[in-house]
Formats: sequence, structure tokens, C-alpha cells
Amino acid sequence: MTQIDVKTRLSADIRISTIRALERAGFGHIGGSMSIADVLAVLYGGEMRVRPQEPDWPERDYLVLSKGHCGPALYAALALKGYFPMDWLDTVNQPGTRLPSHCDRLKTPGIDMTTGSLGQGISAAAGIALGLRLQGKDSRVFCILGDGELQEGQVWEAAAAAEHRKLNRLIAFVDENKRQLDGYVADICGGDPVEKFRAFGWNALRVCGWDLAAISREIHVASEQSNAPSVIVLETIKGIGCSFAERELANHYMVISKQMADEAVAEIERRLLAGVYPAGEGA
Amino acid sequence: MTDRFFQAQPDKQDMRDAYCDALLAAAEQNERVLSLNCDLSGSLGTGRFCAQFPERSFNLGIMEANACSMAAGLSVTGYVPFVHSFAVFSSRRMADQIFLSCAYAGLNVKIIGGDAGVSAAVNGGTHMAFEDLGVLRSIVGLRLFEPTDNVMVKALIPQLATQYGVDYIRMPRRSVVKIYDEGERFTPGEAKLLREGSDVTIIASGVLVSEALLAANALAETGIEARVLDCFTIQPLDTKCVVESARTTGCVVTAENHNIIGGLGSAVAEALGEFAPVPMERVGVKNAFGEVGSQNYLMDRFNLRAKDICGAARRVIARKNER
Repeated sequence: MTQIDVKTRLSADIRISTIRALERAGFGHIGGSMSIADVLAVLYGGEMRVRPQEPDWPERDYLVLSKGHCGPALYAALALKGYFPMDWLDTVNQPGTRLPSHCDRLKTPGIDMTTGSLGQGISAAAGIALGLRLQGKDSRVFCILGDGELQEGQVWEAAAAAEHRKLNRLIAFVDENKRQLDGYVADICGGDPVEKFRAFGWNALRVCGWDLAAISREIHVASEQSNAPSVIVLETIKGIGCSFAERELANHYMVISKQMADEAVAEIERRLLAGVYPAGEGA
Repeated sequence: MTDRFFQAQPDKQDMRDAYCDALLAAAEQNERVLSLNCDLSGSLGTGRFCAQFPERSFNLGIMEANACSMAAGLSVTGYVPFVHSFAVFSSRRMADQIFLSCAYAGLNVKIIGGDAGVSAAVNGGTHMAFEDLGVLRSIVGLRLFEPTDNVMVKALIPQLATQYGVDYIRMPRRSVVKIYDEGERFTPGEAKLLREGSDVTIIASGVLVSEALLAANALAETGIEARVLDCFTIQPLDTKCVVESARTTGCVVTAENHNIIGGLGSAVAEALGEFAPVPMERVGVKNAFGEVGSQNYLMDRFNLRAKDICGAARRVIARKNER
């Protein structure tokens, strides 16, 4: 039997809780939520300096989920870490919920910035990093971007501004799952995010997006940078770890039944035991 | 209230310099006040702020959308950023960022729109914001201001710096007509009654306030007494004052340096339509793009003069008397 470490178990629980939450809603942004589950497990599994019982702790590290439509995965991570009760996840996308489709700092404990109009989150993260620097704090600001989101011009305004101001405590991730709503990023408007960010003066590299140790290692490297912001491009698969989403090319937003969710959760547990989590034997 | 017979005298100081004085005063009162610029600090007069507070001044370059969302991020950490650009860019280019990063996110950001309306002058139609208020007025919770003169801008800016929320402030950069005496006090959201009168209410903003007072002088010579309001807060509108004035005088003229669609005239028409439907006319730009010219030329070109306000006043009074 495979030994399952704490962060791997957290990433599985983030996937399972997200799938269950979206199943109860009946639909949701499953594909991009699955592909960020692993980086969220690294961040909330010990990498980020946070206090779940004190979400506004001034000395914390910040996270801006610039691809705000994947809020449900972040909500799962926050609930699992104790920011709010797990049963809140039953209300995702339901009328009156505190866990809306896109991240909302006014509604959800632990959400540092409201996002949903792509491209704005990275600018806001740069602003937070600048503010923390003015206050003499060493807190880090993490920001998760989608690879489709990089088509937004504002991302590159922010990239230029953050580099110019040497915001070295800003650490971005690109969820390079290669797909956007209408199809493949490469077919719509692609390009290598690592090369682009390097051209903008950032420290940039690519790791396997579900290699928890590699992500953790690169966060440590990025945290030691003194001259520029850093971006860690996570090579991922849209829908990874969720069997019904993996089978569907158009998995950006799906209708999800209880049967689909039951099967997907069982498959996650099977892969964990078989030592092929999260991608399965075919990966 | 001003003198019964108003004489239009331009202030010796450019409005942008009065604004910078105001921002410096706000910054001295509150160490969290920051100045964000988009390569227009020379045009908008914030250079002295940068000289006095270099560590609190940031020229982010020609990227207004990023500047606005970065301002939101600075607000997350407790700062009070003032973001500066021309009104055309502060509204049209920042609209989604003002909505989502600032207003919807519940943050505390102040947006300055310089060169409002005809004051863009020889920069021409591309730079002439007749639509900025219309673009922003339906964003929930936004407060929209148009300071009338230097006394007001110096009084208003430090107040806004202490009031949490998203504010948009449009203004000219050059000298404007002096309306208020030093020491005058202003409450955001409350129109200023500049002249009492019972025949017609003129509700004006910005550079049209002095035209409204000149119009009131001219009307008085023909026996018409105009009540004049300086409605420097376009949103939230001082509905109580507007409605009471309409009921008192029975007819209303609005006057603004903006398209008559979407700005002060629209806001007043909405209030009157619901609460006090009286004859009204809107003096302002009649759904036209701007063009190159001196501010004087453009005020004539777009019929933004006292004589235009007088004509509108006589027409609404006639309609009132037909009832």
C-alpha cells in the first residue's frame, strides 16, 4: 500500500471537496479548478504564512486567484484548512452563498482580492506587494493566473510594472492547462509563458504542475530572489484528477451529476492507493 | 451664497495647482495617501507632490488599467491611492477596473479625471470627455464629483481622502472662475445654493456654474429670479435639494460640461421624473463628439454659455405658465 503524504492527501481532498461542491450546485468550472488543486495544496499545506482563525492577520502571505472563476477549488482549500465550516461548501453558487462562482473578498474569509475579470488580479497582486513593501513587511504575494488569461493585455502591463519596481515578493503561477473556454490556447492565441515572462525580466521556469515537491522547491527559490518577481509555470492538464472532466475536451464548465461525482471521487481514491494520483495510469 | 450680481473673475492659480495643494494637504493629514500617475503628472500638476513625497508617489507609466487595479491592491493593504489621468482614460480605459477591482471589491480608491469636457481644448475630440460621468454613473456605490473652483477643490479633496469608498473626481487643469470665498465649507453629496429665486431653478456643475450665475444676472434684468444650485456631487445626487427646488420654482434647467446623456442633466431628469415632474431643459453637449479649439471657442460651439442657459430658462418658464 502506498504511503500518502499530507500534501498529497490535501490535494486529493481539495479535488474531492470541489467536485462535491460543484455536484451539489449541479454545474461549475471543473476543468480549471482541478488543475490548480495541487498548487493550492502546496500553498495551504504549509508554504503560505497564514492563520486560518485570523484571515486578516496583517503579517500573512497573500493569495490572489486571478483566474477567479476557479474560486471553488480555493474555497475547498480554505474550508479544509479551517477558514470556515466545511458545510459552507454545500452552498457554492447557491443563492445567498458566501462562496460565489468568482472570488469575492467581501464574502469569503481568506479571500484577499475580488477577481473575475481576467487580467486584473495580477495588477492587484502587484499593488498588494508594493503596499507591503512600503510597510516594510516581508510577506509574499502569490497570484495564480490561467494560461488563457495571459491573452489579456493587462497581464503584461502588470508584468512590466512589477519588474520595473522589482517586486521580488510577488510570486505568480501560470496554470498552463493548455485549454480555454473555446478550445486550445495554442489555436486561439498561444505562446510560451516562460519565454514571455523572461522577456519581461521575470524569473521564470516551468515545473510539472502536480509535482508537489517541485512546486515547493521553486517557491523557495523564488522567495530568495531579490531583484525581480518570479513566475512558476505549472504544466498541468485541464480537469486532471477528475475522471469525467479528463474524458471531456470541453471541460471548462460542466454540468455535474451525482453519479459522475461518485465515480470521480472513487477514482481519486483508487489512484491514490495505486500510486498513480492524480493523473492516472495514462499520464 | 455669492454676490447678487455675479462677476466672473478667473482665479490666479491654475486648478491643477490648487488640486496639488489639496492633495499635499490630504497627504500631510494622512500618511496613507499615495499619488499614482500614468505619465501625466506634468499635465495634471502632481509633480510637486512627487517632489515633496517621492516615496509616496508612483509614476506607473502609460497603463491606466494596471494603475487602477494596482491602486486597488494598495487599498487592500490600507493605503488611500489617488490615481491620475485624463478624464477620457480615467473613465473609458479604467471602467472595468473601477467596477471590479475597486467598487465591487469594496476598496478605497480615488480616481482623478483631468481635462474634463471642453477643458481638453486643443487636445481635441479624442481627449474630450463628454461621456465619463455616463460611463461611470451606473456603477454601484461610486461617488462622482466635479469641483467648481480652487476653494472647493482644496476643501473637498482632503475630505474625500478621509471617506472610505471609490470616488471619481473630474476637473479642468487651467484657471477657472472663482466662485467661493476662502473658508467656504462643502459637504459631499449636498448641492450648494448660490442664489435664491422663485421663477426657475438652474442646476449647474463645473465650468457651467459661472455661466449659470451670469445667466441669473441677465434674467434678473428682465424680472426673472433664478435659483442657482452648484451640484458638484453628481452622484449620489442631492435629490432632496433638487426636488424641493423644482417644487419651489416649478421648472428646472441643468447646465453641464458633458453630454446631456448620462451626466448631471440625466441624473436630475431621473429625480424629477420620479418625484417632481416639472418642465425642464438640459444645457450641455447635445450628443456630439468634441473637437479641437480653445475652451472659449468650444463653449460657444457647444452652446454652453449663459445665453444658452437664459434661453432654456425662458422656455421652461413659458411651459410652466402654459400649465
